[in-house]
Amino acid sequence: MASLKQRAMAAYQWLEHRLGLIKPLSDAAAHPTPANNASWLYVFGSAATVLLILQVVTGILLALVYSPSANEAWTSLGILNRNIPLGWYLRALHGWGSDFMIAIVLLHMVQVFLFGAYKFPRELTWIVGVGLLLLTLGMAFTGQVMRFDQDAYWGLGIGASIMSRVPLIGAPLVHLLLGAPIIGGATVSRFFTLHVFVIPGLLLAFVFVHIFMVLKHGVSDWPMPGRLVHKSTYEREYHELTVKTGIPFVPDAAWKDAVFAAAIILAVMACAFFFGPFGPSGTPDPTIIQTAPKPDFAFLWIYAVLAFLPPSIETPVMMVVPVIAIAAMLVLPLLAGEGERHWARRPVAVLMVSVIAVTLGIFTRLGTYTPWSPIMDAWTSAPIPPDLLHNRTPLERQGALVLEDKQCRNCHSLDGAGGRRGPALDAIASRMTEDQIIRQVLQGGGNMPAYGNALNPSETQALMRFLMTLRGNRLAPAVDASRNLTHPDQTQSPSAMPAPKSP
Amino acid sequence: MSELPELPAHPGHPEAPTPPSAEAAADEHSRRVFLFKLSVLLNAAVGAVLAVPLVGYLLGPAMKKSSNTGSWIAVGGINDFPVGETRLANFRSPVASFDDGDTAKVACWVRRIADRQFQVFAINCAHLGCPVRWFAQSKLFLCPCHGGAYYEDGSRASGPPERGLFEYRYKLAGGSLVIHAGDMPTLATQASCKPRPLIQIEPAATDAASIPAPMRSREWQA
Repeated sequence: MASLKQRAMAAYQWLEHRLGLIKPLSDAAAHPTPANNASWLYVFGSAATVLLILQVVTGILLALVYSPSANEAWTSLGILNRNIPLGWYLRALHGWGSDFMIAIVLLHMVQVFLFGAYKFPRELTWIVGVGLLLLTLGMAFTGQVMRFDQDAYWGLGIGASIMSRVPLIGAPLVHLLLGAPIIGGATVSRFFTLHVFVIPGLLLAFVFVHIFMVLKHGVSDWPMPGRLVHKSTYEREYHELTVKTGIPFVPDAAWKDAVFAAAIILAVMACAFFFGPFGPSGTPDPTIIQTAPKPDFAFLWIYAVLAFLPPSIETPVMMVVPVIAIAAMLVLPLLAGEGERHWARRPVAVLMVSVIAVTLGIFTRLGTYTPWSPIMDAWTSAPIPPDLLHNRTPLERQGALVLEDKQCRNCHSLDGAGGRRGPALDAIASRMTEDQIIRQVLQGGGNMPAYGNALNPSETQALMRFLMTLRGNRLAPAVDASRNLTHPDQTQSPSAMPAPKSP
Repeated sequence: MSELPELPAHPGHPEAPTPPSAEAAADEHSRRVFLFKLSVLLNAAVGAVLAVPLVGYLLGPAMKKSSNTGSWIAVGGINDFPVGETRLANFRSPVASFDDGDTAKVACWVRRIADRQFQVFAINCAHLGCPVRWFAQSKLFLCPCHGGAYYEDGSRASGPPERGLFEYRYKLAGGSLVIHAGDMPTLATQASCKPRPLIQIEPAATDAASIPAPMRSREWQA
């Protein structure tokens, strides 16, 4: 049966003569690469590509059932979750695949940055890579809209509100984003178009160009301290290194890529299987206002930043900072295309990565528990701790009722229960004098609304009496030092805190 | 089994077997280059003519003047809103489309100040559009997203919003409260909130409040 092998060869030759792709592709796969980059740190790019393929496949499968209409999208997600066999698993794979893809793309970017692999002659590879990062994030945001639930609805509202802040063309931009005067059917249709046609098309084209350039210039060699990149010599040095130490990329280097990609896909499968799909949460009905919308994980840090920006600079920051950040990433290889590649000799680069990573981490952490948001039901769900009511006068206890009834707990905590928008009140009387508290409550200020219109004098009086008992572990009450000088007769300074002597 | 036919060294015209002189070939080449450039120009022109309606279609939603969007719509009977209270009212957006489903529903906060004096607030926070909730005891609107707070008259109390709540124009028609709704309210699209739209057929809310009541209800008869 030797003829079987011959026939297979003949069939291959028939095909390759007409197709002409197999030989060039296998040659490209086996291109020699410096042995020092066959490393476990060089596996992120290929893993991102494999995740992209997973997303394309699972996305196509989901599109078989999903209905991209404001009227039906949410219902079709429920049908995928419950009625279609394994529909929940496909949704979970796609959702977790998206999170993993963002993580791997960011890791890939950090690795390339720290290894100086964006330098000559790979500047354009980096620039295309920045485009890939933005497209990946674009897929994540439009994908969050595809999961058309309450979070998606209000997320679109946040997107539209940000757009509306663009000077002069804010209104047309909002209409362009939503496709209609309100969030609705037209909005879902255009985000579906973006998520399924436009961005994936661009993404695949960019990936093709990205990989083409990686093959053209070769995978960057492992950086060595002191080995500088010069435009005049780098390509010759790289070629010599390849000739001297080259190994075929497939299979000698690529097996690590393959193992890592398999591990990542397994991890996605495990997360999908054990944690299940994301949502959908409540139906996208804007008249259901008992909701606290939150973006997906990748955008939590933006959500947190938007809570901290002062109103006066918020719009300029929203408009200017993203432009600067993206421009900085794009021009980085043009400005620093030569020189040192090793991280040990690039302290600024290491510092930048550390600071950016820690910043994103902190804001993401803050975004998960949103200390700036009032806890809407704390005033009915968080009781006053009993020991704060022990041995209190009726008026003080009445004040505790006022504190609950006026929803103070939505923003202020007692014994850890309640909102964190404002300071905890457990020891408020040891920090502020009665006058200061009255002024703060009635007139507001420093991010607290004024309650002058919501409290009558007797309520204020009772509230004050209760608040003045809140001194933590029986700390001394705060005293107004100046009062000793101006009104010595009014001072009821406690013995624990001797008043400063007057000169 | 698969031999490609021998390609001629110079792809010339098959009916011109005699190779042309070098000079003639150069002439021929420059003529063809000229024709090619002409064809590129032709395609650019066709492409431009093709692109205009395509871009127009794409930008269609952005071209609408937001002040022209929307219309008057009833949100409930006047007696649904007790004097001195602020209540949630729902209505179906007058600009809803066929496939909007539940998203066509809109909620608003109706504050009845006096017998014939109202304030109708958009549900959307002026910061980033999240739905604000009314707390009657502390007389505040609170936003769940970033903690924006507003007083009972809609003015900014604290937090990241840079202004008060968006307000709908309203009028009283017979026994019902009618508001002008259109665009989802954002900082740039306040069609329903602008005091003077481009074409003013109906009196604005601010005027309506000063007009004697019987006259107003006669004006508004659909």
